[in-house]
Amino acid sequence: MSTAAETTRVAVRPVSRSVRLRRSPLGRMLLKLPFWILILAIFVYALFPFYWALRSAFTPDSQLFETPVHYFPSHPTLQHFREALSSNIFQRALLNSTLVAGSVTLISLAIGSIAAYALGRFRFRGKSFVLYLMLSMTIFPQIAILGALYTMFSGFHIVGPIDFPKLYDTPWALVFSYLIFTLPFTVWVLTSFMRALPGDLEEAAYVDGATPLQVFWKVLLPLIAPGLVTTGLLAFIAAWNEYLYAISFIQSPSHYTVPVAIVTFQGASGNAFQTPWGTLMAATVVVTLPLIAATLVLQRRILAGLTAGAVKG
Amino acid sequence: MSTVATPAPVPRRRRRRRTKLQRRPTRLGWLLLVPALAVVAFVALYPLGKTVYQSFTNQEFLAGLEPTKWVGIDNYRTLWHDTIFRDTVVLTIKFTAITVGFEFVLGLIIALVVNSSFKGRGLMRAVMLVPWAIPTVVAAQMWKWMLDDTFGVVNDLGVRLHLLSHSRAWISDPATSLASVCAVDIWKTTPFVALLLLAGLQVIPNDLYEAASVDGANKLQQFWRITLPLLRPAILVTLIFRTLDALRVFDVFQVFFGYRLGAQSMAVYDQSTTVNDGHVGYGASMSVAIFLIISLFVVIYVTFMRTTEE
Repeated sequence: MSTAAETTRVAVRPVSRSVRLRRSPLGRMLLKLPFWILILAIFVYALFPFYWALRSAFTPDSQLFETPVHYFPSHPTLQHFREALSSNIFQRALLNSTLVAGSVTLISLAIGSIAAYALGRFRFRGKSFVLYLMLSMTIFPQIAILGALYTMFSGFHIVGPIDFPKLYDTPWALVFSYLIFTLPFTVWVLTSFMRALPGDLEEAAYVDGATPLQVFWKVLLPLIAPGLVTTGLLAFIAAWNEYLYAISFIQSPSHYTVPVAIVTFQGASGNAFQTPWGTLMAATVVVTLPLIAATLVLQRRILAGLTAGAVKG
Repeated sequence: MSTVATPAPVPRRRRRRRTKLQRRPTRLGWLLLVPALAVVAFVALYPLGKTVYQSFTNQEFLAGLEPTKWVGIDNYRTLWHDTIFRDTVVLTIKFTAITVGFEFVLGLIIALVVNSSFKGRGLMRAVMLVPWAIPTVVAAQMWKWMLDDTFGVVNDLGVRLHLLSHSRAWISDPATSLASVCAVDIWKTTPFVALLLLAGLQVIPNDLYEAASVDGANKLQQFWRITLPLLRPAILVTLIFRTLDALRVFDVFQVFFGYRLGAQSMAVYDQSTTVNDGHVGYGASMSVAIFLIISLFVVIYVTFMRTTEE
């Protein structure tokens, strides 16, 4: 390596003060101190907003809207959680988001795994074109087709007796439009999982007379099950968090998804002059807890999925 | 979408022995792709074409307001002179430069720190994923409350620590509004950038550092001569995806400022023109413009990658 060769010139030096410091146990701890302070700072930076949301959710309104600010609730209350969870719009939003994100995820996984089978295990002309197409779709700016989708969802005539149904203000509009970002992403990640599988099992199955579809269903799919879980979770999170389309294509509060409900939150005690921050924070805690739990449990897998291919190349 | 499908240099060609069994029909390959391609065509490509078409018409969402007709490049001409749009472009690019810059530098520092082995590293990585996983809208609301002018913790801490002489209205004051949206984005995305860079760091073989330190290179030299050059691909990929993400920012701006004039990103102005005002044709021309601006950045990055690779 040329880099190593260039640095040989500074080879031998007299024992410096820093080396002496490093040799004593106390000195070593002292040297490590800035490192641990940095670690602590990162922790606090990443987690403080969550702490603040929790603290605000548990602090009664009388203390919440008071200066100077209380850093810890001296009389914690569940009032805000009760209010958030009893809100009709919020309940509906949780249900809507689960249904929308769930169906988008299932559709993407079903279609995506079949496509990934072709892209990962077959060799044919035009394959890299399709892969590039999928990759470019993953960075597709959603805003670019907002207007077109908006008009499409008011229904139009396709051909003969077939009409495109009026999807505006229904969850279906969201399921349809969310496929734009979940499907290409699913195809891309699952393809890298498919490609990583060894060929032996597949060949053995062919020797035993299995058809390609049987191989896919009975051999490959079980093998990439962990990949399906990871990819599914990522697609679910993306759909769960989406806001631009949700606020554009949904009008009636009963069809709101979680992000829209969180933004328009009024709560039971809400009035026009004061945002019910306590209840709102309780709602954000409720919404984020499942995501945080899932992320922590599947942490390693998520990282593998997100960086699939990025560093191997 | 905030997730990043990090690209592998497309198909990794593996020379395989081609037996009769492996020579599967091309037709089946394409057949399996039909559902995915059909969805992409219908959900993305068709609407994209439709957007381009609409941008040459005066289409309004409320039909009957005016019959839709072909107006040529009128929309684009109006857009060129639209000072509001120009302001949104400038603001969005400022936002992109600030956030991507901070996220990269902070992310690299965090990645380097976490890359050294210490107790609790696994926990650390898990903690870093958390801000990324929550909805941007939720993050924005959490920060909006923290930045509240009377009851916010940021003002309280600032005054207590004598960093601020008095409480400020961070979000409504034009002097600090850009900084406040950037703060949310930087908070939410830096850990993620760090994780992507960390993944890149971990494939750098340890022997290189060992050899270098045997040769007497200090940490700083090792960083400039080994870490940075070898991390380059990961850095470029991360920067590209972050830039593209930042240019289409919508959520934080919309939650913080609603549709306040002078505080709109490109996407917010486009969305309000198309949906709130119903000017589908004009909005479409804006969509095309945004698409082109983003593509321009892609081209710049790709050319940069090509030229520096040689």
